[in-house]
Amino acid sequence: MKPEINMNMKVLVVDDFATMRKIVRNILKQIGFTNIVEADDGANALQIIKEDKIDFVVTDWNMPNMTGLDLLKNIRATEKAKDTPVLMVTAEGLADNVVDAVKAGVDNYVVKPFTAETVQAKIEQIFAKRAGKA
Amino acid sequence: MNVEFMNPFLTATINVLKTMCFTDVTAGKPYIKKDKISCGDVSGVVGITGPPNGSMSLTFNKDCIIQIVSNMLGESFKDINDDIKDAVGELSNMISGTARNDLGNNGYSFKTSIPTVVSGPKHEIRHMCKAPTIAIPFTTSGGSFVVEISFEG
Repeated sequence: MKPEINMNMKVLVVDDFATMRKIVRNILKQIGFTNIVEADDGANALQIIKEDKIDFVVTDWNMPNMTGLDLLKNIRATEKAKDTPVLMVTAEGLADNVVDAVKAGVDNYVVKPFTAETVQAKIEQIFAKRAGKA
Repeated sequence: MNVEFMNPFLTATINVLKTMCFTDVTAGKPYIKKDKISCGDVSGVVGITGPPNGSMSLTFNKDCIIQIVSNMLGESFKDINDDIKDAVGELSNMISGTARNDLGNNGYSFKTSIPTVVSGPKHEIRHMCKAPTIAIPFTTSGGSFVVEISFEG
């Protein structure tokens, strides 16, 4: 299954700071996404992913209860969600962090601070690659 | 305190405010801050675990942070409410994280805590170590803020 970008897909934004959820939500809306839900940590996000049909996850790394990296590992280990595209948006910008996220199966990675253009480009890369166009 | 630590926090502050808040900031002359009383109305504090251990704080005056967060979120704010406090936490997170990445590329290994936010007139900021606190003042078109860093050693 190769997900293609679709503005009606359900996007889950995960961050412990409401400010960052709002910034990411605003960028997603600018891109054209219309169906956006939020979670304030990895544990709540995983529950939503298991109970609902989430098509795309944008997650922070450092969060209480469950980190974004552990959320990513759990998504990849959950049968119904294992192919869900995941974009990590985080202040963890060291090469070791990126390697850990790639090993865990992240689709793309944005280091804070970021511009809306960067986030859009990373999302387009994810879906182009998933569709076999890149 | 190793003065080498100061520049990453200074450049991270300028970069984060420019990129995320569309706000140009000008750094003033750093000084040693001897008391715990804040230089503003709302602060974010982040603990940093090394070695060396330390902490960073950001303290904004009301007009300054209201303009910064209004720019960042594209909304209008009039007072220091929960949205403003949350934004101060996220700004503290991003600035400390960016500085930590910069220092990490120079051989230092730091972890940072989830920020805490304190507000109110003359609130106290307690840094994690007893070393002198270096304060870097900044100005924006909306007002002033101060970044404080303190590291043991």
